[in-house]
Amino acid sequence: LSFQFMQRGLDSQTKKQLEEEEKKIISEEHWYLDLPDLREKESFIIEERSFMPCEDLLYGRMSFKGFNPEVEKLMIQMNSQGKEEEIEVDDKMEADVSDEEMARRQYETLVGTIGKKFLRKRDQRVLQDEDEDGNTNTRPSKKAKKKFLKPQD
Amino acid sequence: QYVPVRGDHVIGIVTAKAGDVFKLDVGGSELASLSYLAFEGATKRNRPNVQVGDLIYGRFLVANKDMEPEMVCIDGSGRSSGMGVIGQDGFLFKVSLGLIRKLLAPKCEIIQELSQLYPFELVLGMNGRIWVKAKTVQQTLIIVNILEACEHMTAEQRKQVLGKFSGN
Repeated sequence: LSFQFMQRGLDSQTKKQLEEEEKKIISEEHWYLDLPDLREKESFIIEERSFMPCEDLLYGRMSFKGFNPEVEKLMIQMNSQGKEEEIEVDDKMEADVSDEEMARRQYETLVGTIGKKFLRKRDQRVLQDEDEDGNTNTRPSKKAKKKFLKPQD
Repeated sequence: QYVPVRGDHVIGIVTAKAGDVFKLDVGGSELASLSYLAFEGATKRNRPNVQVGDLIYGRFLVANKDMEPEMVCIDGSGRSSGMGVIGQDGFLFKVSLGLIRKLLAPKCEIIQELSQLYPFELVLGMNGRIWVKAKTVQQTLIIVNILEACEHMTAEQRKQVLGKFSGN
């Protein structure tokens, strides 16, 4: 089958016209439902086939008076799972440091560490001394060089 | 008649072992399938010890009217949380679905009163099956009979009956 609109020689306009006409012919051969467009109704009904959430049923395995201690542990665990969810929603963990504070701190330290990288050697030493001064109150001006210590007999 | 519903916990009886899959009778119109990998800690080499005739407490993973129901003995995070093969001894019997719902209600008087009698273990399946195990056969049967009769007794009659047994 060679559709006329597929021929390369023809102008684009005539091509388009032919295309449309032949599309119509083709589509008429295809079967389609001649129904009006039904809008999907937003249903407010949700189907729930299980009884569990309706009546808040307990867990099916039970043990009484210590007959099966594992099952008794399970009972406490499973039956409090529902309540735990409620509690979680109510109180959120209050962070020790607020988000802004955290971001600010991180930024400052980051700037510091990268800035150090580009310091010249002298400046680096000064920085080091300043840090150490903070730790110890009195110290000699020069750092004592680490010497080899003879092991005592 | 029980209709399998996804998420429901039921007691199933193993009727057949077909290669890697067990066929369970859950009281519905079809047999449910249970893969041997659907147990906690099961691998191809480490197979669960399940024989024909065993009782399994599991939940439905797939349960719709177009497909065969599928069960698993594992929860969302891969733990068994009480599911799996139900141990030796004990007694399995059927009750109506309505009674199961009543028994599983948060503050069920029947269960509370029974729990005062003597130590025992109970598994309730949403498919109407209950499994009971107590120290002696007699105690087990007493509990079975009370649960079966509960449907038709009023609260007073029940307390009367339980009063008789709490002396023993």
